[in-house]
Amino acid sequence: MTEETNVFKWVGKRVVRPDGHDKVTGRAKFGSDFALPGMLHGRVLRSPHAHARIRGIDASKALALPGVKAVVTSEDFPEQSAELAAAGEALVSYRDMTRNVMAREKALYDGHAVAAVAATSAEIAEAALELVEVDYEVLPHVIDVDLAMEDGAPVLDEELKPAGMDASGPTNIAKKVVFDLGDVGKGFEEAEVVLERSYTTAAVHQGYIEPHAAVASVSADGQAQIWCCTQGQFMVRAYTARLLGMDASAIRVTPSEIGGGFGGKTVVYLEPLATALSAKTGRPVKMTMSREEVFRASGPTSAGSMTYRIGATRDGRIVAFEGTVKLEAGAFPGSPVQPACMCAVAPYDIPNVRLTGYDVVVNRPKVAAYRAPGAPISAFGAESILDELAKEIGVDPLELRMRNAAKQGTKAAYGPTFRRIGYEETVRAAMDSEHMKAPLGPNQGRGVASGFWFNIGGESSATVNIVEDGTAVVVSGNPDIGGSRASLALMAAEELGIDYDKVRPIVADTASVGYNFLTGGSRVTFATGLAVVEAARDAVRQLCERAAKIWEVEPDGVVWRDGQAHPAGSNVGDFEPLSLADIAAGTPKTGGPICGHNAQNVQGAGPGFATHVCDVEVDPETGRVTVLRYTAVQDVGRAIHPSYVEGQIQGGAAQGIGWALNEEYIYNDKGQLENPGFLDYRIPVASDLPMIETMVVEVPNDRHPYGVRGVGEVPIVPPMAAVANAIENAVGVRMEHLPMSPPRVLAALDAARLPEAAE
Amino acid sequence: MAKHHVSTTINGEPVEYLCSTRQTLLDVLRDELNLTGSKEGCASGDCGACSVMLDGRLVCACLVMGAEAEGRAVETIEGMAEGDSLHPLQRIFLEDAALQCGICTPGFLVAAKALLDRNDNPTETEIRYWLAGNLCRCTGYDKIVRAVQRTAAEMRGEAR
Amino acid sequence: MQSVQFEAPGTVEEACALLAGAAGDARILAGGTDLLVQLRSHIIDPALVVDIKRIEETRTLARNADGSYTVGAAVAGAEAHERGDIVADWPGVIEAWDLIGSTQIQGRASLGGNLGNASPAADSVPAMIAAGMTANIAGPGGRRSIPVEEVATGPGRTSLAKGEFIVSFGLPARPEGGGDAYLRLIPRTEMDIAVVGCGVALVLDGDGKVASAKVSLGAVAPTALVVGDAASAIVGTGLDDGAMAALDAACQAACSPIDDKRGTVEYRTKVAGVLARRAAKIAAERAGSR
Repeated sequence: MTEETNVFKWVGKRVVRPDGHDKVTGRAKFGSDFALPGMLHGRVLRSPHAHARIRGIDASKALALPGVKAVVTSEDFPEQSAELAAAGEALVSYRDMTRNVMAREKALYDGHAVAAVAATSAEIAEAALELVEVDYEVLPHVIDVDLAMEDGAPVLDEELKPAGMDASGPTNIAKKVVFDLGDVGKGFEEAEVVLERSYTTAAVHQGYIEPHAAVASVSADGQAQIWCCTQGQFMVRAYTARLLGMDASAIRVTPSEIGGGFGGKTVVYLEPLATALSAKTGRPVKMTMSREEVFRASGPTSAGSMTYRIGATRDGRIVAFEGTVKLEAGAFPGSPVQPACMCAVAPYDIPNVRLTGYDVVVNRPKVAAYRAPGAPISAFGAESILDELAKEIGVDPLELRMRNAAKQGTKAAYGPTFRRIGYEETVRAAMDSEHMKAPLGPNQGRGVASGFWFNIGGESSATVNIVEDGTAVVVSGNPDIGGSRASLALMAAEELGIDYDKVRPIVADTASVGYNFLTGGSRVTFATGLAVVEAARDAVRQLCERAAKIWEVEPDGVVWRDGQAHPAGSNVGDFEPLSLADIAAGTPKTGGPICGHNAQNVQGAGPGFATHVCDVEVDPETGRVTVLRYTAVQDVGRAIHPSYVEGQIQGGAAQGIGWALNEEYIYNDKGQLENPGFLDYRIPVASDLPMIETMVVEVPNDRHPYGVRGVGEVPIVPPMAAVANAIENAVGVRMEHLPMSPPRVLAALDAARLPEAAE
Repeated sequence: MAKHHVSTTINGEPVEYLCSTRQTLLDVLRDELNLTGSKEGCASGDCGACSVMLDGRLVCACLVMGAEAEGRAVETIEGMAEGDSLHPLQRIFLEDAALQCGICTPGFLVAAKALLDRNDNPTETEIRYWLAGNLCRCTGYDKIVRAVQRTAAEMRGEAR
Repeated sequence: MQSVQFEAPGTVEEACALLAGAAGDARILAGGTDLLVQLRSHIIDPALVVDIKRIEETRTLARNADGSYTVGAAVAGAEAHERGDIVADWPGVIEAWDLIGSTQIQGRASLGGNLGNASPAADSVPAMIAAGMTANIAGPGGRRSIPVEEVATGPGRTSLAKGEFIVSFGLPARPEGGGDAYLRLIPRTEMDIAVVGCGVALVLDGDGKVASAKVSLGAVAPTALVVGDAASAIVGTGLDDGAMAALDAACQAACSPIDDKRGTVEYRTKVAGVLARRAAKIAAERAGSR
């Protein structure tokens, strides 16, 4: 539908991405594809204990092994204050960050780094790890969020002072947040139907296919270079500088191509270690994580536990919603409980809402952002209880959503009043879809669910350099995780009026472009896109000035149209249009190079809404669930590159289906992760999924020149409830715990069958 | 102990290398021969990012010892295009956006080519099961499966 | 972590001599799909790895004059899958073999490796046992053949002596009226280790009644089980509901599984019965269709 209504020459075209050729021929350089002459290989020693005091570390035997050049421990990293820093979409303290990168007083999770070794080969470095002697005092551990909040639970950090509440003694609760709208008590008094339910979700990992990797090279003068796969080279620079006490400007970070991140590469793990080892040895150091390390030591997202109460009138008006959401932060504070609370019921216009969130530390890896952090967890429960309400009052689930849909002017419980949004449009499109009309067979069911993500803007810088032959280079600073370079180039081509293939977009290192906040929050095409558009307009302004100079007229006598300077009107004079190439060729004579520039803190991100429809079949004897058909509807504002918009939606839905059915962190009774590999951490494979049909709704964001809304995150919000609601529709059991793996579904089926058998 | 001296053929070219027993074919390709198009996503045969052809069979290079390749023929992603001319799968993956981050793409292309070389008209189900050992976390597989279908149709000479 | 000697002998005798003379742990490399993972994750630390794929006998899949087969221990699943004869005669064995991993794994994975690795969850093993396959073992003392069910003695342990290795397997001629099937339960559709596996081979008489049967379960005990009571439950029946219920119950009774990351005791036990019923039905359909 995009192409048909397209009034643009380039925006909305399905062009070949600029980085594509290298990616289909194996030439593209990802994190671990980089190497330097004389490079050492670093490996990390990790705690086998979920919770242990580190009484001492003796690396002398490791250092004595031929080929071993250095060992670093927490002693090589200065102590930090507890001030907060933006880390992706969350805040962390440097005190915690340095402890997560390298354990200090305690190892707080299985896989926590306790030392790192650099040696002349990876084999020697690995052998050296076995020679580092760590004296641990193993402590009782706690993994589960509800248990961690109980009195008497093992406490991770005796110093922890919870924010937003009082605590009588040591606690694992790091923060309490409350979102209030209207008067919930009064709302429930008005309600004719009230339901209360509890739901839990397991910890899951982003599951990017590329493990973390970094090469660091520190010169004798203290200047450092880092090459790594990251969602934010400026984040790596800032954190590494801080953790090692260096000037940020002394560190130049070059992002490689990135093999997936989904939020998991918005923090540092290896970069400070490789830099410290390089500084200590005077040689470049390369570090890569194994897959096992990725699962044990890089950020999963929170497991969650929530209780909701919903109140409605018999005719389907939701009048009150109250809930408590508890999210695991991992070993250090900073779960996405705040966005979880913000997003839970944001698709709905509910007059009375009260949501309370708790951020709780447990002996697991510190969580990192994962695609719409927190929202999929809270929405699983919210969209499930909504489905139960629909059933209770006999209203079609999509109709119930439509009756309560947030729209322009609705005040959300988390604060803002929505501008023009497209939630109703997504519900309407789902209602009208072929999918909703398709028949279902035995043991098959259909579920629907919606989702919300606010999306973010943030700081972006971009330069558009006009090249002497009439082409252009777009320089920006966000690692391209799923086709953003193509979108930026499309918008630049549209603005400049030259062909897309004459625009070369690059992702620059930290020394070559102004600051860009990291790739996250669905911000790149929106915010950096806006900076690129403004930079292109700056270049156009300069192009017009040059034309004015050539024509010897006033600058406002020139307009830019279709890639050419034209006289603004007949009174300006009769001049042949000057193309971009004409002006570019003559810049030495008209004032020098033309470089459009823009840097700003972009505001006005347009919220994203999605509604998904899912059909499943349940095997009643084994509890296996097969997803038969899936449709994802989403308001994307405007699809700059429709294929990659669809791809984001499809990928988000697939991740959500994995979260729904089989993905989970499984621990043994010692708190060790039992499934740190793709064999038993079961992400969907090709044969697990049907085609993911996408229906793109375009309600433009009026705060962006092309109407862009963030696209990448909201599609992971609805799937878990859509699947759960489909299972309930198929076989009549309500799944209240994720994942809905075969043993759990069979147990629920058996429990439901027992009363029948007894009758 | 001494390293093994291995003589093999990679993408049609004779190649010799030295490796230890612990080095996999993937380690050799990436670290000794600078053929980094084959990716390491898991080193346990679960992700398929290192898919290569070994004597005409699709395998994970991480599950082959470097020493085993003596006298064998190895084909990698680097040998898939003929000069500047992309294989139809490579071209259609680009045209149809069958990749997002691209880390799994070399493995998918090598695996999909192995499928089309033996079955020029696979069903959607056949494609999905053939590619079940290639993990992609970005695309939900939809566009990959469709790209393989369209390539097959084009290679059979059917209209786009 | 020690340095590893690697050898690729061309004869069975050389291989036996190398294995017998190894100073420490010696491992066979067939398809390598388990061995390389174990090496990389330091689960094993062998002194010697012997690649048996240069031995012709391990790489040969032959249909013998009497209709039986000799299957080389290092023949890859993909190679067997391309053989029309064995696929038609023993579809259960082939589908079990085919379920070991992805297409890429199929390019390498062998019956010798799947059995020799002695995982309780090995997919091919219940199907091999049900089909009545034998393992042909060579060692310093010569050759011997034993039923497949006598090879694994526990997780990661086999009855093979030092210097011995599996060279090939004997697969009987498909009996008149015979059919076999293998089913497993995994959470996904591919790429998982069996939570439960079940192989059934049976022979139908002229009246469509089960004349003989063999039922084997995987992943519900330290080794793959031969469930005699399950076979007895269906012999002499037309696989009516009563016989199926008895088969289900016999399989559940035979289970002694563990709780682990792949399944619970309760789940594995229940599903063993379900799979046995389904596999028996498929085997009977196959037997009846010939």
